[in-house]
Amino acid sequence: MTKPATQRLSPIVWVACVAALVVTAILCVAVGSVAIPITDVIDVIASHLPWAHAIPDSPNATIIWELRLPRVLLALLAGSMLATAGCAYQGTFRNPLADPYLLGVSAGAGLGATIAIVSRHGHTSFFVPLFSFTFALGAVAVTYALGHSTHEGRSSATLLLSGVAVASLLTSIQTLIQQRNADKIREVYSWVLGRLGGASWDDLKMTSPYIIGCLIVLYQFRRVLDVFSIGDDEAATLGLPVAKTRAIIIVAASLGTAAAVSVTGLIGFVGIVVPHMIRLRAGSSYRRLVPLSILLGGIFLMLADLTSRTVLAPQEIPIGVVTALIGAPFFLYILGTAKNRDAS
Amino acid sequence: MTSLTANNITVTIDGKTIVKDVSLNVSTGEWLCIVGPNGAGKSTLLRALAGLAEPSGTLEIDEHDVRTFSVRDRACWIAYVAQDPVAPSGMSVFEYVLLGRTAHLSLLANETQLDHDMANFVLAELDLTQFATRSVNTLSGGERQRVAIARALVQASPIILLDEPTSALDIGYSQEVLDLLDKLRREQKIAVISTMHDLTIAGQYPDRILMLANGSTVIHGTAHEVLTEEHISKTYGAAVRVINDEHGPIVVPRRHP
Repeated sequence: MTKPATQRLSPIVWVACVAALVVTAILCVAVGSVAIPITDVIDVIASHLPWAHAIPDSPNATIIWELRLPRVLLALLAGSMLATAGCAYQGTFRNPLADPYLLGVSAGAGLGATIAIVSRHGHTSFFVPLFSFTFALGAVAVTYALGHSTHEGRSSATLLLSGVAVASLLTSIQTLIQQRNADKIREVYSWVLGRLGGASWDDLKMTSPYIIGCLIVLYQFRRVLDVFSIGDDEAATLGLPVAKTRAIIIVAASLGTAAAVSVTGLIGFVGIVVPHMIRLRAGSSYRRLVPLSILLGGIFLMLADLTSRTVLAPQEIPIGVVTALIGAPFFLYILGTAKNRDAS
Repeated sequence: MTSLTANNITVTIDGKTIVKDVSLNVSTGEWLCIVGPNGAGKSTLLRALAGLAEPSGTLEIDEHDVRTFSVRDRACWIAYVAQDPVAPSGMSVFEYVLLGRTAHLSLLANETQLDHDMANFVLAELDLTQFATRSVNTLSGGERQRVAIARALVQASPIILLDEPTSALDIGYSQEVLDLLDKLRREQKIAVISTMHDLTIAGQYPDRILMLANGSTVIHGTAHEVLTEEHISKTYGAAVRVINDEHGPIVVPRRHP
């Protein structure tokens, strides 16, 4: 009996993508205002492994370990998370254009972060992620409720429109708060445009448990995301508890997104660009999309960050600007091709 | 033998009663057909049986209350084929048919070789093996309907509900799908409940017919009892001639006298 191509990712692709991820990470650490030999990068990283003894006496050690590596790792994690969250939203909402940015999650996170920054109860580093998470989840809940309260509640256009409305409302409230707290405007503004620049090991310690946890959860749901693709009614008759499962996936995607943007600021379009680039090559099964988004999302954002700090060096282009410059035209392209395939 | 028994099923959606006090019963190997004019509540009744609409009344499988079943348990007993099944773009026929195993897998589990073998077996049975790697959204209406039936068979539920399985098909494809259903219910002892637009088809294939009008039962019985010129004229306001054929009555529309 012939065995048709199954949905799983082949081991060769797995290995190739992991290797590409590691190579990209090392390259991104090496390239910058001070060019560092790759051997130095590997030496310094190796010296921090638990079983290593010698700390190399390289003058670049501090640049590598304290500046570049945390930044590259944060870009990796945030890129993985945003791409995978985009995947998860597209799957559960059955909407090829769903993205954490478009559904108001990021705007919610932005408002939450702004409130935390201006009210400053001392522990900004604790309250900013907490507030951005809470508001992000609130925003997607409101978007979802609005999108389904109308008669054509199941159409993808209604959902996107309500996401746009919620995002605009939250952004305008955020702007209002920002204007009334002019002394904090610089801090808020740099957060909004994305700030991988100041990334530290503390940022990583704070967000990585959430991001890695959420990535593991979403990876576990990759088969279920395929079941969603036949619509709520048919999925329910196949035995999928639709509402409960969707809620779990959205909570995981929103929690991870909020954790990522709470330290990186708003970075848009990663959740659309990466999964769709993968779809062009690897088909639409989420069993391939989710693992590939985790790996290639990380690579994408590391390279976007590299672009942001090298193109106009010594000046930096905000990372959110770079991803939007790549993402917006790509989004229009997807909009054009999605028309005839999302018939519902 | 398994049987599905529904008593006094009433479905109210947004304050409007769509189905009123309908009772029915179907056992494995049997085919029950629900007919009625547009808006009579056929699809809603079927959706209520599938768990997609919340009915009042009782719904039992072998004296177990279906409404206490979990979504997953219910799917192990009842499969449902929608009138216009969603065909996700880029999903292969094999992947699509494999979705039928959802109820037999825990939420985060992956399919085993057994699930793959079942999907391959059903594809071969239904003569669909050559489509296995094709994308479902590129199939014709008849192929798509057969693939949706294959998915329901892979689900391995003793009861299959089909909403207008032939509505999108021409006469040749219709007969192909109907012959397939007839063979399957006899050979694999499946209980089939379908809604049907075409009264001649309803007369030729199923064992029993339930005729609905405005959500209520007009008559429930064999094709010869239900498909009479009198019932059809009263329920549909249509002038027809009923011709008796060896497989059942043939209903032909004719001009109002």
